[in-house]
Amino acid sequence: MIRANLSEAAVDAASDPPSDPPSATAYRALIQRRLLWLICGITAFLALAVADIVTGPSMLGLGEVLHTLVTPSEVSSMTRVIVFDIRLPVTCMAILVGLALGMAGVHMQTILGNPLASPYTLGFSAAAGFGAAIVILTGITLPFVPWLTIPLAAFLMCLAAGGIVFFFARMQGMSPEVMVLAGIATLFMFQAAQSFVQYIASPEVLQSIVFWLFGSLLRASWANVPIVAAVVALATLAVLPDIWRLTALRLGGSRAAAIGVNVQALRIKVFAVVALLTTGAVAFVGTIGFVGLVAPHIARMAVGEDQRLLLPMAGLTGANIMLAASVLSKIVSPGAVIPIGIVTAVIGVPFLFFLILRGQGRNW
Amino acid sequence: MTLFIDTLCVRYGAAPVIRDVTDTWRDGEVTALIGCNGAGKSTLLKAVAGLLPAQGTVRLDGIPLPPADRGRHIAYMPQETGAASSLTVLEVVLLGRLRSLSMRLPSALIAKAVTALDTFGLAHLQTRRLDELSGGQRQLVFLTQALFRAPRVLLLDEPTAALDLRHQLLVLERLRHLAASTGTIVAMALHDLNLAAQFTDRLIALHGGEFRAAGAAEDVLNRDNLAAMYGIEADVLRLGNARLQVMPLRATTKAGAPS
Repeated sequence: MIRANLSEAAVDAASDPPSDPPSATAYRALIQRRLLWLICGITAFLALAVADIVTGPSMLGLGEVLHTLVTPSEVSSMTRVIVFDIRLPVTCMAILVGLALGMAGVHMQTILGNPLASPYTLGFSAAAGFGAAIVILTGITLPFVPWLTIPLAAFLMCLAAGGIVFFFARMQGMSPEVMVLAGIATLFMFQAAQSFVQYIASPEVLQSIVFWLFGSLLRASWANVPIVAAVVALATLAVLPDIWRLTALRLGGSRAAAIGVNVQALRIKVFAVVALLTTGAVAFVGTIGFVGLVAPHIARMAVGEDQRLLLPMAGLTGANIMLAASVLSKIVSPGAVIPIGIVTAVIGVPFLFFLILRGQGRNW
Repeated sequence: MTLFIDTLCVRYGAAPVIRDVTDTWRDGEVTALIGCNGAGKSTLLKAVAGLLPAQGTVRLDGIPLPPADRGRHIAYMPQETGAASSLTVLEVVLLGRLRSLSMRLPSALIAKAVTALDTFGLAHLQTRRLDELSGGQRQLVFLTQALFRAPRVLLLDEPTAALDLRHQLLVLERLRHLAASTGTIVAMALHDLNLAAQFTDRLIALHGGEFRAAGAAEDVLNRDNLAAMYGIEADVLRLGNARLQVMPLRATTKAGAPS
């Protein structure tokens, strides 16, 4: 080890910048541009978060909402309830689910080396849907915490899907191809099971199942927001020590291994993180499509592949898409709230087409 | 410093690809692995680098190196140049020092990476995306990355395959200089026998996963070895400056079975 350090020092000395060294100015300028994008993302985030809190069926103005947030004791109890117990949990959940899906999307595209990968590639959404459908169909409820029954069933079924994919992928050295194939097989399996439950359900139950599958932020409350926040925080902290190894993985598995990355161990760890993030997001709000697929691509266009910036930018972009979709879902049809899963798909598909056209001839 | 390879054996399924290879590579020495396609050159390099499951041991200065630890001392550059990544050139080079990178990159490290790129005249490409470069430029970037790691042992798989003539010479001269000035052990798989004879100290002729011959160019590059390894008829000329020149004449039937 000492010899290795000496060798490194010797090469550093041999390659010390000469009197007129080549400049790193261009790289520094690039980093500054990327930081500027990140600041733009944060600015948009703040604006969208405020817009989301302000928007809603009850006619509260911007000033009234801000006044409630700053001095809650000076407003009526009804205004307080609307802002703190209805709107704020929805906004917080939109942010957290967006962060979770954006980061999970980056992780999936990184470990699978596939631009089409998303948190749902491994069949997690179908599994969650099946878990929720079973509970809705049977009417089972947990004692003391009935509100937790559907999320818990969705969460457990997501973990089961993760376990199935992991089992097959592990047998083949966690190769990306096997992970995708096992994920697709799991997706079809749970979709079929979900369809069967819908087929045997009564019209009323079927309606409840379909509504759950649409995805809705209205299920947010101060009981479940902290759980999703803890999941996001835990998943973020778990990957921070691997941030450069994840960047290296974008060179492909063999090249990453050649520069010292234990590729298999990293894929297993990140797979677990993705499972945690996705199940945490899906269990409480239902299936929300396209955020995990599109947010990483937008973030990559803005800040490149360096995961020190890409990961926060993807999370931020996911949160911004969710907030924008949440606002849209409330203003498109006054007096009603369209399920957010529909809105994200509607704005996500055209955007994906745009990205495909823009990315012609380039690697993602 | 020596790298001792002790009865290394690699199998793909039931088929042995490297059979009981034992050899010693010394500091300051540049070794070329030659042989036909499928002879086992790349597999041997990967196995020595600890990137393939293999039987046998690798010792550096007598100390056994477990496969997981070899990355600390051994840098390996794969052959493929088709990495579809949008990382910038400078980021790729910086990743060479993966183990010492932190959230905040010191300016001195960035400056050194730019200087390393300048070795092959690539400093102006520092912010270009890797997937926007030609195959040759990509190969130079990955070579710069391997050199930037400042390893004790440098293993290169076809490091000049995608390069033009000038850059082939520049790279091989640079590797010779590196070995001589820092005592780095350099071993590379090469298809160009004339470049191998000109720029390396020692040649290892691999055939069917075994050593057919090893030693100085004049001991390895002869008509019999070339006929057996490649299935070709060739003249081996000695030039005025004592260099060897292989002149392939024609392909014969096929390469002979390993002895």
